[in-house]
Amino acid sequence: MNPSEQRAPREGEVRIPSGCAIAAVISKSGERMSGEGIIKAMRPMRERSNGLGGGFAGYGIYPEYRDFFALHIFYDSDAVRTECETYLRSALEIVRSETIPTRKLPAITDEPLIRRYFVTPLRSVLASMQVDENEFVARVVMRINTRFDGAYVFSSGKNMGVFKAVGYPEDVGEFYRLEEYGAYSWTAHGRYPTNTPGWWGGAHPFALLDRTVVHNGEISSYDANRRFIEMFGYRCTLQTDTEVITYIADYLIRKQGLTLTETASVIAAPFWSTIARKPESERRELEYLRAVFPSLLITGPFSIILGFTGGLMALNDRLKLRSMVTGEKGDRVYIASEEAAIRAMEPDAENIYAPTGGEAVIVKVREGAF
Amino acid sequence: MGIQWNYPEFEVVRNDSRCIRCQVCARQCANEVHRYEAEIDAMISDESRCVNCQRCVSLCPTRALKIVKSDCRLRENANWNQDAIREIYKQAESGGVLLSSMGNPKPYPVYWDKILMNASQVTNPSIDPLREPMETRVSLGKKPSKVERDENGRLKCELSPQIQLSMPVMFSAMSYGSISYNAHLSLARAASELGVCWNTGEGGLHQDFYQYGAHTIVQVASGRFGVHKQYLEAGAAVEIKMGQGAKPGIGGHLPGAKVGPDVSRTRMIPEGSDAISPAPHHDIYSIEDLRQLVYSLKEATAYQKPVIVKVAAVHNIAAIASGIARSGADIIAIDGFRGGTGAAPTRIRDSVGIPIELALAAVDRRLRDEGIRNNVSLVVGGSVRSSADVVKAIALGADACYIATAAVLALGCHLCRTCQSGKCNWGIATQRPDLVKRLNPDIGSQRLINLMTAWNHEIKELMGGMGINSIEALRGNRLMLRGIGLNEKELQILGISHAGE
Repeated sequence: MNPSEQRAPREGEVRIPSGCAIAAVISKSGERMSGEGIIKAMRPMRERSNGLGGGFAGYGIYPEYRDFFALHIFYDSDAVRTECETYLRSALEIVRSETIPTRKLPAITDEPLIRRYFVTPLRSVLASMQVDENEFVARVVMRINTRFDGAYVFSSGKNMGVFKAVGYPEDVGEFYRLEEYGAYSWTAHGRYPTNTPGWWGGAHPFALLDRTVVHNGEISSYDANRRFIEMFGYRCTLQTDTEVITYIADYLIRKQGLTLTETASVIAAPFWSTIARKPESERRELEYLRAVFPSLLITGPFSIILGFTGGLMALNDRLKLRSMVTGEKGDRVYIASEEAAIRAMEPDAENIYAPTGGEAVIVKVREGAF
Repeated sequence: MGIQWNYPEFEVVRNDSRCIRCQVCARQCANEVHRYEAEIDAMISDESRCVNCQRCVSLCPTRALKIVKSDCRLRENANWNQDAIREIYKQAESGGVLLSSMGNPKPYPVYWDKILMNASQVTNPSIDPLREPMETRVSLGKKPSKVERDENGRLKCELSPQIQLSMPVMFSAMSYGSISYNAHLSLARAASELGVCWNTGEGGLHQDFYQYGAHTIVQVASGRFGVHKQYLEAGAAVEIKMGQGAKPGIGGHLPGAKVGPDVSRTRMIPEGSDAISPAPHHDIYSIEDLRQLVYSLKEATAYQKPVIVKVAAVHNIAAIASGIARSGADIIAIDGFRGGTGAAPTRIRDSVGIPIELALAAVDRRLRDEGIRNNVSLVVGGSVRSSADVVKAIALGADACYIATAAVLALGCHLCRTCQSGKCNWGIATQRPDLVKRLNPDIGSQRLINLMTAWNHEIKELMGGMGINSIEALRGNRLMLRGIGLNEKELQILGISHAGE
């Protein structure tokens, strides 16, 4: 029997467009901030979510395990957990395994088992597969997410973590006790999906290795992007825009070695007419990138914040069909769907600015400060 | 007069009260249907010669004429239909292979008509192409699998040779010989002005048209007619024609009657001699031989021109395309079984090959499954009838479309399907100077430009409705398509969901 006949369709079995709220903060000096600020940012944007998904990503939160990949996994049952852990042990050395601490809240229910593992690939396995540790861990994540029904890896980077759930983001933040973590950058997401899968894995941020994406929008290029990226070993199991954007970022940055600016000019490529007005060398590069990666151009409305070790990149679609503003105060840079969210984090934020369509805002922590 | 086995297919209906005896019909009809009898001051018709090309109808100043299907019928029989019986009579008389022209007219499924497109509602905005930029520019050719940088870390921006198109439509191959000088000139001029490409077909490139080289695809077919160094160098790309949708598995035959001085010079064959293209290329009996020809042509053109390999859509097309994608070809052109032709054996045209929609879907999927979709661009034709077909083709996975029947229709063709007679009253599929001059290349090229411009507007409207503002984001975007009235297997092959899913 088709599984969708027994229960409501789960994320990945139907395509779910959604509207959203996003926010982020980063300290350029690498100062660690508790999760309270970013939770506050989401409160004034409650109208942009509908309680069907919220989440956060924090960078620099596991300094004591900075050399280990932190896997955050949802399990539907103890049985699948046992099965999955057997597999994990066969591929990785697990140096710590624990339940992620949460706090009971009436607003957050039906939680799965939420486990956290600090792991490192076995050298012998790496050598025999002739891949580096990032590629190996990415493959482990793909494998669990496609082969183990009821297990889902939702965070897999070093010294960073994703925390997400079905609920309003401010409740999700409290649920995960984010005030107890210190991060040099935070991103956050509140989701407004157009139907109700009610599955925790479907909430955002979406992550692969240390790259996370929070995204507001519905991309019209989805299937063109998906069918292209799946040629390179990625499996889009969730049918969500954010998932495919995360894989695109991973492919362009990690596998193709593009810079962030170059990545931005692939996924939000300038119009040909704009390219024609650029100086010769820049024009050649932009034409080249559009010619080489035409299937990774993302169209339709989006505002995204890409988080990575040591920085953030904010980007709008090339027509700017979704709101997004940035602000500054001291060494902090704030990004959000609405200025109100920035003001909630920092009432005296300065230089409020709305980046134009396709204009990448890249903020990095000072070298060596994280 | 002996037995007339086949009663004429059409009737010429003349409204005598409107006819002014101007005799334009008689002068215009190369088939000599109409004649004026001075003694009785009347126009007489011999409908047995009529092919229903509508030339007389279109030129009659008083609309006194119409051509209708004859209602003289054989006894109805669902198995032995009229055509089946008529063809038996013809062959019993001639002992010959039946010949036909233009695309397969049989009522096979047209999948384009069973596919519906999407539009944005609420969750994302549609885009108005009159107010926002909407990009239809396409670049065809191999794309690198890995970007490279120089010693300073800057991107190395060299790409293998590409064809740039202002919109994802090109004019497909029709040889000089099968169509007229003025038809070629109209296509060449229109393609140049539009920023797309036209295609010489296998008959070489007339010396007058080398000036349009930057927008010309020069074809190399099994007869190698008109192929020489300057010819290869003249084009924007070189196309190896392995097959044609209308007649997969067989070659071509241009009768000597059509090989006048100009065609003779262009094809590099003696005047009046039949130009026979063999069924296979006799230097290509396998995929590795194709690779050699691809690289021979690249050597001959100093690796400056992309090489297209054109094949007919046949049963095993996905595997064939995969082989071609690994053969060094830059572009694969696939021609569906409804594609047109200047002449083909009827049995082959009507019953060999598969629909382009299914072939395209299968090839695009196979190339992606094998991770080599970037090695080649995909161009599809046979038959693409409208901008909606183009958009559906792109969403199924094509980079661009080839059109030929639509282009000759714009030039005046009325699809009478008798190109093989060489008496085209519209000046297209003929070499008779008196007929050729009826096609004015100024008007012809303008009509082609109008058609393409109209299609491009429509493509932009359809894209905008889907919230897509660049053709790249449409390519292979099958989520934008839904099937209507298709069974599970068809949906699976097309890789689309059913409407309502």
